[in-house]
This record gives sequence, C-alpha cells and structure tokens, in this order.
Amino acid sequence: MNTSKKQLLSGNEAIALAAYHWGVKLGTGYPGTPSTEILENFSRLGGKAQWAPNEKVALEVGIGAAYSGARTLVTMKHVGVNVAADPLFTAAYTGVSGGLVLISADDPGMASSQNEQDNRHYARAAGVVMLEPADSQESYDFLIAGLEISEKWKMPVILRLTTRICHSKTIVQPRPCDSPSPEPSYQTDRAMRVMVPANARPAHKKLRQKLSEVALWNETSALNQAISGDKSLGIITSGISFMHALEAAPQAGFLKLGITYPLPIEKIRQFANSYERCVVIEEGDPYLVESIRAAGVMVEGKDEMYRFGELNVERVKRILAKDASPEAILPKGKPPQLCQGCPHRITFEILRDMNCIVSGDIGCYTLGVLPPFSAIDTCLCMGASISVGLGMRHVLDEKQARKIVSVIGDSTFMHSGITGLVEMVYNRPQTGHLVIVLDNNTTAMTGLQEHPGTGYSLDRQSAHQVSIEELSRSLGIEKTYVMDPRKEIESLKERIAECLAGSDPAVIVVRSPCILSVKARKK
Amino acid sequence: MNKITNVTIAGLGGQGVLKASDILTAAVFSSGCDIKKSEVHGMSQRGGSVSSDIRFGAKVLSPMIPRGTADYLVVLTEDQVDNNIDTLREGGTLIKPDTIDSEKLTNKRSINVALLGVLSKHLDIAESCWHEAIRNHLPEKLFDVNIEAFNLGRR
Repeated sequence: MNTSKKQLLSGNEAIALAAYHWGVKLGTGYPGTPSTEILENFSRLGGKAQWAPNEKVALEVGIGAAYSGARTLVTMKHVGVNVAADPLFTAAYTGVSGGLVLISADDPGMASSQNEQDNRHYARAAGVVMLEPADSQESYDFLIAGLEISEKWKMPVILRLTTRICHSKTIVQPRPCDSPSPEPSYQTDRAMRVMVPANARPAHKKLRQKLSEVALWNETSALNQAISGDKSLGIITSGISFMHALEAAPQAGFLKLGITYPLPIEKIRQFANSYERCVVIEEGDPYLVESIRAAGVMVEGKDEMYRFGELNVERVKRILAKDASPEAILPKGKPPQLCQGCPHRITFEILRDMNCIVSGDIGCYTLGVLPPFSAIDTCLCMGASISVGLGMRHVLDEKQARKIVSVIGDSTFMHSGITGLVEMVYNRPQTGHLVIVLDNNTTAMTGLQEHPGTGYSLDRQSAHQVSIEELSRSLGIEKTYVMDPRKEIESLKERIAECLAGSDPAVIVVRSPCILSVKARKK
Repeated sequence: MNKITNVTIAGLGGQGVLKASDILTAAVFSSGCDIKKSEVHGMSQRGGSVSSDIRFGAKVLSPMIPRGTADYLVVLTEDQVDNNIDTLREGGTLIKPDTIDSEKLTNKRSINVALLGVLSKHLDIAESCWHEAIRNHLPEKLFDVNIEAFNLGRR
C-alpha cells in the first residue's frame, strides 16, 4: 500500500482513503449530496461498500457490523441523519465493539438540499462525540481519530463535514496504518445490547460517564489546536470557518476545535481569558457560542443574519467588524432544469394540463416545480409525497381531493415511499388516491447511484431487483399499471384521468430510463 | 509574502467547467505549490450555472475566492460572464470563448481546454505539467484533439 505520496483529494476522497488504509470492513449509506462520493471512492479503492435503501437501514446495518467488532463507516447527508436518528440515539447507549464513524455531510447554504439544519445539535442531543475537519488532510486524519475514539470508548462517533469540506480538493499526506483492523467476532453482552428499560437505565448512566471521560481527555487532545496571536483578538472556531477566519484575521489568536462535542470547556475558558476580545466564528446555528456561554465563559457571537448560508472570508470580516448592514446581492446564475430529453417531462405536462395538485418528493423531478411545468405543489422530505398526498385527500372536499396526485421517484420510493403505500391501503381515503412513480431506474439527482430497484449493487454487480409493481400488487393495490411515457402518452393521460375519477388506491409506474444514465453506460 | 493566485472557471453544467478545473488543479499540483479547489456539485448536472474556484501559492487558507479578488476568470459561455464578473479583481484578466477562433477547433467541446491554453500563457507552469494533466483527465482517444485545442489557446 503506497501511503508515502501526497495526493490532491476532496474531503470525500480523503475519508474513503483513510477508511481503506485503516481497514474499515464495511461502508454503508444512502446517496445524498454532498456525501455520495465517499462510498463510491471507498468501493473503487477496494473496500466493501453498499447502498442501503435508506439512512436508518444503513446505520442499523453499520451498528450490526460494529456490534460484531468490525471497523465501520456509515455515510449520509445531514437530513439523512433525521431518518437514522432512531438507531443513533440508542446506539449511543448500547455502544459498539468495533469503531463506528457516522458521516453527517451538512449543506449550509443549501447548494442541493431542502434545509440547512446544523447537525452539531445531534451530537449533544444523542450524546455522541463529534469531530469537525477543516480540509481534506483533516478529513483523512479525523476519520482515523474518530475510529480510535470509537474503539477506545466503545461508542459511535459522528464526523461532521460540510459541502465545502466534502467537495473542496486540498493536499493530503496519507500515512501507514499503525493499528491493524481487528477481526470481527461477536461477544455476547446482553446488558449492553438489549435495551429493555432495566438495561437502558444503567446504559444511559454509562454513556454520560464515558462522555465526561472524553471531555476530560479532550482538554489536552491534539485535535484542538491553539495558535497564539495578538492579544487584542482571540477567535474560537471549527471546521471550514477556521480557514475563512485565519485568512480574514491572520494576526488574531485562534482556538480551532477539532472536537465540538463534548467541548474542552476549561481550555476554552483559558483561551478566552487570555484575549481582550474573544469571538466565536461558526457557520450555521449559534451552537458553540451558546454552549460556551452556558459554561459561564463570555464570548462574542455573530449577528443573526450570519446564521443563514455559508460563511466566507468577507462575511467573517463583517462579523469581526460587527457589521450587520445588508450584504451585497450577488447576481443569480442560471437555475438547473429538468434535462431537455428527460422522459419524465411528459408526466409533468399532463399533470399541469389536468390542473392537478401534485404532492412531490425529493429528486431531480422536483425541478417539475419550475416553468414551463409548475407542476409540483409540495416537496417536504424523502418519501413525503405519498403520505402528504394522503393527508390532503382525507380532509379536502371531494372536488379538490380528486385532484391530488403523489409523484415520487424510484430511488425515493425504495427509500421511504413503501410505508406510504402501506398507509394508502390501510387508511384509504374516500376518494382513493393516485401515486405516480417516475421510474428512471437510477438515483439520478445525486449522480446515478444504484438502488434496490435497479438490479445492481453499488459496485455494479448483479443484484436482486425489487419490482415496484409487484410490491404494489402484493399490498392489494389491484390498480397497478406500468406505462412507457414515450410510447403511450395518450393512454397515460387516460389512465391518470380514470384513476382520479375512481375511488380506489392506484399506482402508475411511469418507466423510462434516465437519459444521463443511458449516456454514462455507453461510455 | 504569501502571494495567492486565484482562478475562477465558470459556465453551465455539461460544458466541462469541472473538467477544466480538474486539469488546471492537477497541472498546478504537479508543479509543487499548495492548492485548493472548491465548487458546489449536485444541481449542476442539470444545466445550471457552475463555477469552480482554484487558489494556489505558498499556503492557501479558505478554498473560496473572496469576491473581487480573482486574478483570472475563465468563462466557457458568453452568457455566464455577467453573473460571475464580480469575482474578478480590478485589473484581473477575463478569458472568454471569443478569444478562440472556434472554426479552428476540431472538436467544439474542447473549448474548455482551449481556454486553459489561453490561461496557461499567464501562469508559470511547465508545458509538460499541462500535458500530463490533460492526459490524466481525459480518455485516451480525446488526448490529441485536446492537446490541439490547448495549443490553439496557448499560441
């Protein structure tokens, strides 16, 4: 294994490389910008990587591997952690045997997301150690540190990235692995693995005990870096904000936190006390500033206007200057569009012309909201198209209820549409309901990833192909149809009209491959 | 003095913005200085505006070029000049597609590499580094046509 040569890597590539070098036995996740390339690169390097149907499943599979003593990597975007939150919170109690690092790739500024939630709150809420790298070198180093912390304290660790860490390329010096990956072996420990209340109560106390040990260790950890500077200004920061701040105020003193939960609060207190002015520079929510003030350390924060969007050098300078005047409005670029040759444009044209109320979902087809279609009325989170559509059907008068259509992509359907379909047959609205699955046989938005419906695994090996229509019929949805939008425009229109007029639950799988995937496969 | 060179490459999804920035980045990296490159992926696949920031010098901190400090702005399509021009510093160099006589481009899609050829005249990077970067980032069968495009710009 050649670890001597410097490489120019994105944060995602650096994490994949570190996972490979440190013998991670299993990588699992669900595609989501900006996290997707981690598992793809891990697989390319030769690691065992797989796409789960969704993030909850991915984390549970990862926890199973880590219970068995394996070094494990689980990847997802920030909103994916919401889906995986259930296993996360209790895995903090149970702990793990093998090192388990969960990657949370946050998207401040929402380059490709429906919200800009700050997942640092999850670390505190669940009681899980959190690391935040500032470039690709640290992404490499912190993945390794995360595995070490996880193995030492036998608890899951979150490595929080942001879009600029994931997708920026910076120079990485890899290093040879100095701690061989243990061979998985299951050791029975029912008191720590079976979370019935009698076991969970002491497990919670044990978790808090571990966290206080980590907090004490973190006071002297090399992962937090102090840089002395001019006594007039000290800056406490973490992640990409450190890079912006160091460029904006090179004369200042810095406390760059590598571990942002639990915090090295005495180190912070000491730092803050040795500067005349101490400012916290952080992207997103006032997480650090509130935690530090809660410990009785007086530090300055930022104006509320800087909670929104990414930070950059210019914004950090404004924060330091306490400038809350309106920022320059930058010219907008050209927005993305549904591809000109996308076969699923046809369905949106039909729904628009029929004046439907469309409960939409997450994927490139969300772009159906834009003119000339303007044919998406709601888009909330993965899988919500079906359930939100059902809620509308239940309460609206018949005239409006019959206009409601749920539209979902094939990968999103596998992710969390199936339970919505079960709800549709179980709590059936009086007017029935229509679900249209826009099936392009890939996870297109995030860059053409496989999923359980494509017939291929992450590494393009043949896999069992889950059939959407058979799944639908097995739930008792007799009105399940498969149509080709290119060849059957007229009958598709008629079928939609017929389903809306009837009162049965119905599913139309509109199937035609993504044109980008057809092109990519040819290469 | 830590002099950083800032280059922004901009265009529309599918035009080869990221490919051009990968080639530039690789060429600079092989010349031995510190470098960071930053862009936002995701929606860019769908024909929207895409831009990539490349910064290099002795030590690069933020991966994003502060507004009004780019030394070079390379734009792959005329209609993306207006929304990117703010990145350029006063006296910075704008490199636009009309710098190239497109009639002389064997493959019109090589405009990104041709404009890198124009940029290369301003940067102190050995020609061999450029060639190696182009070779490593494009399929073998496209190498000759892209070297031709690069030379057209570099002339």
